Amino acid sequence: MRKLQFHPCGNYKETYEQELTIFQTDFGRLWMIVGVGILFAVIPFISSQYTLYVINLMGIYAISSAGLNILTGYTGIISLGHGAFFGVGAYAGAILSTRLGFPFWISVPAAAFLTAGVGIIFGLPSARLKHLYLLIATLAGQFIIEYVLVQWEGLTGGANGIIVTGATLFGIDLGNDRTFYFVIFLCLVFFLWVGVNLMRTRYGRAFIAIRDNDRAAEGMGIPLFRYKLLSFAISSFYAGFAGALFAYYVMSMTPEPFNLWLSIEFVAMIIIGGLGNMPGSIFGTVFIVALNEILSHLTEFFMNIGATGVALTLAPLKEFVFGLAIVLFLIYEPKGIAEVWRIVRSSFRLWPFSY
Amino acid sequence: MQFFTQLFINGLSLGFLYALSALGFVMIFKSSSVLNLAHGELLATGAFLFLTLSAWAKIPIVLAFVLTLIGTFALGFVVERLFLRPLIGENLIEVIMMTLGIGIMLRGLLLFIFGGDIHAYPEFLPESLSIKWQGVQIPAVNVAAFIIGIIFLIIFGLFFKYSSQGIYMRSVADNQPAALSLGVHVRRIFALSWAIAFLVAGMSGIVLGIINGINVLELSAIGLKVFPVVILGGLDSIGGAILGGLIIGLLETFTAGYISTSLSEVVPYIALVLILMVKPYGLFGLAEIERV
Repeated sequence: MRKLQFHPCGNYKETYEQELTIFQTDFGRLWMIVGVGILFAVIPFISSQYTLYVINLMGIYAISSAGLNILTGYTGIISLGHGAFFGVGAYAGAILSTRLGFPFWISVPAAAFLTAGVGIIFGLPSARLKHLYLLIATLAGQFIIEYVLVQWEGLTGGANGIIVTGATLFGIDLGNDRTFYFVIFLCLVFFLWVGVNLMRTRYGRAFIAIRDNDRAAEGMGIPLFRYKLLSFAISSFYAGFAGALFAYYVMSMTPEPFNLWLSIEFVAMIIIGGLGNMPGSIFGTVFIVALNEILSHLTEFFMNIGATGVALTLAPLKEFVFGLAIVLFLIYEPKGIAEVWRIVRSSFRLWPFSY
Repeated sequence: MQFFTQLFINGLSLGFLYALSALGFVMIFKSSSVLNLAHGELLATGAFLFLTLSAWAKIPIVLAFVLTLIGTFALGFVVERLFLRPLIGENLIEVIMMTLGIGIMLRGLLLFIFGGDIHAYPEFLPESLSIKWQGVQIPAVNVAAFIIGIIFLIIFGLFFKYSSQGIYMRSVADNQPAALSLGVHVRRIFALSWAIAFLVAGMSGIVLGIINGINVLELSAIGLKVFPVVILGGLDSIGGAILGGLIIGLLETFTAGYISTSLSEVVPYIALVLILMVKPYGLFGLAEIERV
């Protein structure tokens, strides 16, 4: 058996492989295995129905925000259209399952591929544009997709929406929260694994090079346009996959949830979680979804104790708190929760000499 | 032909609204190259400040107008000091997200204080301002809006071209390190440019409020319509913003008139994508030249 690896007291890396390792120590790997064990063996069995519903939503959104992190955090392309791509995935999944009768395990990946195609189309302006102009192009994409979802009534059912029949996988009914939990989180773990490892390949390094200095990247022989499109495709693949899961989970589909606000929430998730940090997208998603739930619970609470006036004033305050959270994170911890987490860990590690 | 003329007039007046609301946006971009996603909320802030002063505190109109301009100017300073100064030198995405966060906060606050209803100013414009010519009628508010818009356009055109502060602003927007090394006080210029942008946005908000009624959600939605306008005209061109506003306004009303109303909502954005593909820096924008 090889020697256990602990934190070295300096930087002794000699090869690129050592630089690229995901787990610096064996404890990291151990904790991750423990975490995954708790995720699958403990959480679904101790949570109430409602908590499980919220956790499931977190899982679905986390897949999508991980995708946005690849585009924004690693490739440096800010997108305000991610919510619409999520919607495209959701509608594609719903339509494939209700109109064409695709089974669950085909329609979800198919929807993801379709969304990746749509993502490529809306990524085409990146051939000439970058920064602000590209951001505005994705914003336009958001509005155009939203319009199509509402107006193409023959396919999407317009404002009435679509009712999706429950999913079954290998003969198991996925209609209840607990079984769907396993599907969502297996997918999440898989997509994170892919995402983290993708960033260690030549593709990931090319993305990072484009983010850091696109002209230098081009000079080093990275075809910018191709890699930007690839980044769009991967990111919308994630969004589409998550969207299709969302469609099967929520079952009734209307175009309303996929508005600009959802796109803003996705961007807020990765900013608060940590740009260019895969676990960060999960932290951010948990934070935003939890914040949303807590705020709407407060509203409900005041509604129930008869203080309707207070409850009504709380609804706009929800928006205010949401904005405040974004602003405070940007000022005090622009690298997000992932950075806070790193600081906490390293202060434990360095105790009693933490600085 | 009657229908066409009517549409044309409607389109022009809608376009003028867009042009007016785009002014403040262009100001910020021109002086600090920040893409302001809180613009609609800034419009609403000005409109509501004027409403509070004129309709509820019963201050005379002219005084209320001046006080609103001073108030938005001061608010611009405060917002810059609290939220934007810590981000000087940070990445683009963080500054953009910051404006987004400020916008959401402002919208929450305004909804909290004033609610989601439509408010209206008391009538104060003299009827003699309205124009009647060969059966086409232009109401007094639009004429007043036009006059205010032209005055602001001239003032700020001259300001950016000739005043030292205006030239500093352009230099900061163009190249921050270079401006710093030439002795431009970048922080002060930043504060000033945000204050001016708030002022212009507040002014446009008042005019929009006079014409359309004041509603938080509607005004913040107009903030997003600004994007096609400024992209068409060029992000940093005030004249371009006016022309872009008129074109987008006409496009929208003609689509609504001849094709369908629902399409008219999205047609500016389709135009936006097409413009971006063909002529990314707009009609009058300054093309960024990249040197390696």
